[in-house]
Amino acid sequence: MPELTKTPVETEVPETGALAAAEPVREKARSLWQDAWRDLRRNPVFIISGLLITFLVVIAIWPGLIASGDPGDCDLAHSLQGSAAGHPFGFDQQGCDVYTRTVFGARASITVGVLATLGSAVLGGVLGGLAGFFGGWWDTLLSRLADVFFGIPILLGGLVFLSLVGGSLWSVITFIVLLGWPQVARIARGAVVTVKQQDYVQAARALGAGSTRMMLRHVLPNAVAPVIVVSTIALGTYISLEATLSFLGVGLRPPTVSWGIDISSASSSFRNAPHMLLYPAGALSITVLAFILLGDAVRDALDPKLR
Amino acid sequence: MGRYVLRRLLQMIPVFIGTTLLIFLMVHALGDPIAARFGDKAPDPVVAAQIRAEFNLDKPLWLQYVLYFKGIFTGDFGTAFTGEPVIDLMARSWPVTLKLGLTAFVIEAVVGIALGLVSGLRRGRLTDTVAMAFTLIVISIPVFVLGFTLQYLLGVKWAVIRPTVSYGAPLNELILPGLVLASVSLAYVTRLTRTSVAENLRADYVRTAVAKGLPRRRVVTQHLLRNSLIPVVTFLGTDLGALMGGALVTETIFNIQGVGYNLMQGVRRQESATVVGFVTVLVIVYLVANLLVDLLYAVLDPRIRYA
Repeated sequence: MPELTKTPVETEVPETGALAAAEPVREKARSLWQDAWRDLRRNPVFIISGLLITFLVVIAIWPGLIASGDPGDCDLAHSLQGSAAGHPFGFDQQGCDVYTRTVFGARASITVGVLATLGSAVLGGVLGGLAGFFGGWWDTLLSRLADVFFGIPILLGGLVFLSLVGGSLWSVITFIVLLGWPQVARIARGAVVTVKQQDYVQAARALGAGSTRMMLRHVLPNAVAPVIVVSTIALGTYISLEATLSFLGVGLRPPTVSWGIDISSASSSFRNAPHMLLYPAGALSITVLAFILLGDAVRDALDPKLR
Repeated sequence: MGRYVLRRLLQMIPVFIGTTLLIFLMVHALGDPIAARFGDKAPDPVVAAQIRAEFNLDKPLWLQYVLYFKGIFTGDFGTAFTGEPVIDLMARSWPVTLKLGLTAFVIEAVVGIALGLVSGLRRGRLTDTVAMAFTLIVISIPVFVLGFTLQYLLGVKWAVIRPTVSYGAPLNELILPGLVLASVSLAYVTRLTRTSVAENLRADYVRTAVAKGLPRRRVVTQHLLRNSLIPVVTFLGTDLGALMGGALVTETIFNIQGVGYNLMQGVRRQESATVVGFVTVLVIVYLVANLLVDLLYAVLDPRIRYA
C-alpha cells in the first residue's frame, strides 16, 4: 500500500526553491534513498560536516599533504617551546612538533572510528536482523546476550579488557565492536520485526518467496536505514571513546600517534604550555563534532517521521 | 504492578550472572595475577603455588567463579596489595564518588531541564538556536578535554578555584568536577526536554488549559512540564548509574580519591582483586539503577500497563 500511494503524495508536495520549480515534475516514485539524498544535498549542516570529514579522511590517508615533517622527529632542545617559524603550534615536552603530531593523529582516530563502526554495524546488523527475522529461541538468546553487554559500563569494560589484552589499534577496535554491537542489534531487530509485518513482505511470502529472497530483496532494503542512522551517530562517540581510553593509558600506545595520547601527555605540563593541550584537543573536538553533525543530518534525512 | 516487579527482578538474574561471569572471565582467563605480582621477575614455583592456593587460583575455573560469586554476597572481595581488604577501600571511596555523582546529577537535572524547557517553549527562536548549538558543542568535546580546559582556565589561569580537590572532597570543591562530569548528560537532558516540551505544547490538554484561562505559568509548570518530564526522568535514572562509572575520568583529572581513582590505581598496578571488586560493584549499581528506572517509569506513567 505505501508503494502505491507514494507517487501522488510526492508530486502534491510543492517544493520550495527555484531548483525544484525548474525541474519537470517527475512521475517516477522516488525511493527513500533518493529522497534522503535530495534532502541531504540541500542541508548546509550536511555539506559543512561532509566537507570537513572528507578533509579529515584525506589527511588521515595522506598526512604528508599538509605536514611535511615526521611526528617522531623530535628535538629536546625545543621542549615546551611556543610557536616558531615553520612550527605554528609549538613543541611538546619531547620537543616534537605539535602541528605535525596533530595532523598525523587524525589517522588513528579516523581508523578506529570507521572500522569500529563498520564492525559493530555488520555484526549487530546481521545478528539483530536474523533474531528479528527468525524469532524464537535465537531471538531470546540474543536479546539476553545483548542485555549482558548492556550491563557493562563501556569505560569500565574498556579499562578491564584493554589493560589485560594490551592496547593497540586492533584491540581497541575489537573492544569497541564487542561492546557496540548490541546497540545496533537492538535497532536492527526492531526494524526487521516492523518490516516483516508489512503487507508487501506478507505478499511476497504469499507468492512463495523463500526465506533468503525475502530477507535480501524485501526486508533488508527496508530495514537498513535505522542501522545506518544509529551507526553514523555512534561514529563520533567511538572516536571520542578511543581518545578517552588512550588518555586513560589503556588504549593506543605511544609509537602510534593519537590525539588521546598527546592530550594525556599534555596534561602533566599544560599549565606551562597550554598549546600542547589546545591543538590536539581542538582537532579531536572538531572531528567528533563533524561526525555528530553528519549523524544528525543523516537521521533527519532517513527518518520519514520527521518529514 | 507486583507481578511486573517480580518479573523484572527475575529477568535481572541471568543478566547479573552473565555480566559478572564476563568480568570474571575477562580478568581471570586473560591475565596471570601471580605474574603481575612479581613484575618482570619470574616467580619461585613454590611461592607461586602457595599464593595460588591462598587465592583459590589452583581450583578449577568454575569453582573460582562460584567462590567469587559467593564473595559478592558476603562482601568478601579479597585484599589489595597493601594488605587492606578491598571492601574497606570501597567503604572509603564510595562516599566520595556518591557525593561527586549526586552533585553532577543535581546540576544535570536542574540546568538541563531548565534549559530544555526554555528552548522548547521558544522553539526556532534565537534562544533555542543558541541552546542547541551549545549542547552540540558540549556533546562533541570529550569529557577529559573539557575537564582539563576548565581546570586550566579556572584553576590555574584565573585562579578562581583550587585546581585539584583536597582530601575528603568538600562539597564546594566538587562543583566544577560535578559540572564536568555532568556536561554530556546535561546536553542530552536539554535536548530531550526540549523535544518533549515542544511536542506536548501542541497537545490538546495544553490547549484546554490555556482556553480555560489558566495563567501561563500554571499551564507550563502544572500541565506541560509534568507530562514532558517522563522520558527525561527515565534518562536521568539510567544516567545515575552511568555517572558513577563515568566518574573515572573526572576523578583522575581532579585527583578525587573516589571509586574511579582507586580503580585506575588498581589497573595501573594490575591488582586483579581490586579491579574485579570495584568493577563488580559498579556494574551492580548500574543494573540496580536501570531496574529502579523501569519501576519508576511504571509508577510515573499510568498509561503503561504491565501484565
